[in-house]
Amino acid sequence: MRKLFVILLVVFLSVSALASIKVGAILPMTGGVAAFGQMIWQGVELANELFPEVLGEKIEVVLLDNNSDKVQAVNTARRAIEQEGVVAIIGQVISSNTIAGGTVAEDNGVAMVSPSSTNPLVTQDKKYVSRVCFSDPFQGVAAAMLAFNNMGAENVAVFVDVEQDYAVGFANYFKETAIKLGGSVFYEYYKSGDQDFTAQVSDAISKGAGAFFIPGYYQEIALIAIQARQLGFYEPIIAGDGAAVPETIEIGGEAVNGLYFTTHYDAGSPAVTENAKLFVEAYTAKYGEAPGTFTALGFDTYLVVRDAIERAGSTDREAIAKAVRQTKDYPAVTGIITIDENGDAIKSVAIVKIEDGKFVYDTTINP
Amino acid sequence: MDPKTLLQNFVNGLSLGSLYALIAIGYTMVYGILRLINFAHGDIFMMAVYFALFFVTLAQLPWYLAAILAIACAALLGFTVDRIAYKPIRNAPRISALITAIGVSFFLESLAVVVFSGIPRSFRTIFPQSLNEMIIIGGEMEVKYGREVIVGGIRFPVISLITLIVAAIALVFLWWFIFRTKVGMAMRAVSLDIQTTSLMGVNVDRVIGMTFALGSALAGIGGILWAIRYPQVWPYMGFIPGMKAFVAAVFGGIGSVPGAVLGGLILGITEVMMVGIMPAAAGYRDAFAFFILIIVLSIKPSGLLGRPEIVKV
Repeated sequence: MRKLFVILLVVFLSVSALASIKVGAILPMTGGVAAFGQMIWQGVELANELFPEVLGEKIEVVLLDNNSDKVQAVNTARRAIEQEGVVAIIGQVISSNTIAGGTVAEDNGVAMVSPSSTNPLVTQDKKYVSRVCFSDPFQGVAAAMLAFNNMGAENVAVFVDVEQDYAVGFANYFKETAIKLGGSVFYEYYKSGDQDFTAQVSDAISKGAGAFFIPGYYQEIALIAIQARQLGFYEPIIAGDGAAVPETIEIGGEAVNGLYFTTHYDAGSPAVTENAKLFVEAYTAKYGEAPGTFTALGFDTYLVVRDAIERAGSTDREAIAKAVRQTKDYPAVTGIITIDENGDAIKSVAIVKIEDGKFVYDTTINP
Repeated sequence: MDPKTLLQNFVNGLSLGSLYALIAIGYTMVYGILRLINFAHGDIFMMAVYFALFFVTLAQLPWYLAAILAIACAALLGFTVDRIAYKPIRNAPRISALITAIGVSFFLESLAVVVFSGIPRSFRTIFPQSLNEMIIIGGEMEVKYGREVIVGGIRFPVISLITLIVAAIALVFLWWFIFRTKVGMAMRAVSLDIQTTSLMGVNVDRVIGMTFALGSALAGIGGILWAIRYPQVWPYMGFIPGMKAFVAAVFGGIGSVPGAVLGGLILGITEVMMVGIMPAAAGYRDAFAFFILIIVLSIKPSGLLGRPEIVKV
């Protein structure tokens, strides 16, 4: 009986292994930016449920957790390619992880498609790493336009997370545009995982900051906002797509009311494609609430990878990587995706505001 | 830095330092009695916060009851860790115990990732929001964005005042406990010589267990106060505060309870001042804490209030 069971199991496993195409998903499911990973995974899962097949075979998504960590980003990329034998990788999430893990994808010639890494270095001089989101040179322009044109800020304190490529790059693009617009900025520094920002906030207040711009991730954004309000800073606070998770509101509470941020997508924005409608309906039916930005990006990344496999017509890694780069006018949830020769997607930036503990769609800035 | 910002930064540092001080007390106590650097201290701190979180969200207990229960659970956890991990190697070389402590620290962190998941959670609504109100001295009323607010002034959070008071109470209590009770006397005896103390008929394991329970309860109190001030919880939250408290304890003279409080306050204030004076170097604030430690140890190896070690020939 036992023998029979083992034989059946082996047969079952080998059959299921044969009949599926493996796609890796390397996401931060734990660690500092786990909220991004969890949301993106929801999107990937949902897309996999709705579109489970390509080339007549099932797509099996192998989830690997990189712990939000640069070293693990490299290890998981290696594991996905060498041990799991994936044909393409969805991931990674934050720029520093994708930059680290991207080198492995590059060396092995496997397509790595990031849902959300916005730093330019992610795809710079890379043949296999691409993204389905906008990049920071444009997000920086949009954030500066929001701060100086829409909100009329004058002297902006920029809080830079020195450990994150995303934050350093985004801050610099913000500054470039700020100077062009005739505004002035100064930097305050911190690093991921810091809890106490009272010294930086006090310094910014004493330098007469007219607004705070925090191009970092949600944990620190929420804590800086809390401590800024406690120390008597009532001017606007602006952030980037790092704030686009419910955790910003859960941790920040009252303090993040009135916070504006630039992001990829908001479920409240007018749907541009059939997929956008389908996504919102399917998500709402499954979870009973409106989907978040990163869930949409995860959904889109899966669709783009699936579309590339379909166009490649085979499971050859090289052919899939080529097909990813040839993605043209793909009607995704977060917009029409065209991946250019650099591996970047040109997309518009949505502006979202937090009002009474809820994300409220404001406007869209087009490139 | 203008005088007002300087004063505000001093107060900011006091607020941070009071938390370091409270955590450092537990650290220094265990060291003083066992000569063991309990690296798992920061993780018991983290566990206590999770306990409090779940007592309020899952068990629906009122916050004060949840806090008391969480502190009791932290004490029990400390006691259990001693029984399981440290007791079997009581007579082994000290380095074995140190390595075991590091192992326990990793074990608790990984356990928290598995059991509580690795996603940071909010601690904001667990305790009354009024604890995070600010005491404002000076400042003027102004209308900003349609709301009447106080602009300027020196600000200090209520929770930090509570933290300072708790640290002072812990200080007095421990003095009374160690110097005025039978168990305290046994603790002091154990700290001098474990074997002789056990020959005198003292149940050494029970005394050491008590020490761990008390030290862990203090870590629990520190953890909850920390989470009220910085309202997020995640499995690795104990690492940096634990390290800083360790620095504070060594800085003040490891084994000395008043030294731990003094060390904690000084560390908090210098750390915040350093960021205030050199904002561009804020990314190095943790490194700065260890740098101070190196300097202090090279000038005064036994710390500020530590007794110099007498080497018997």
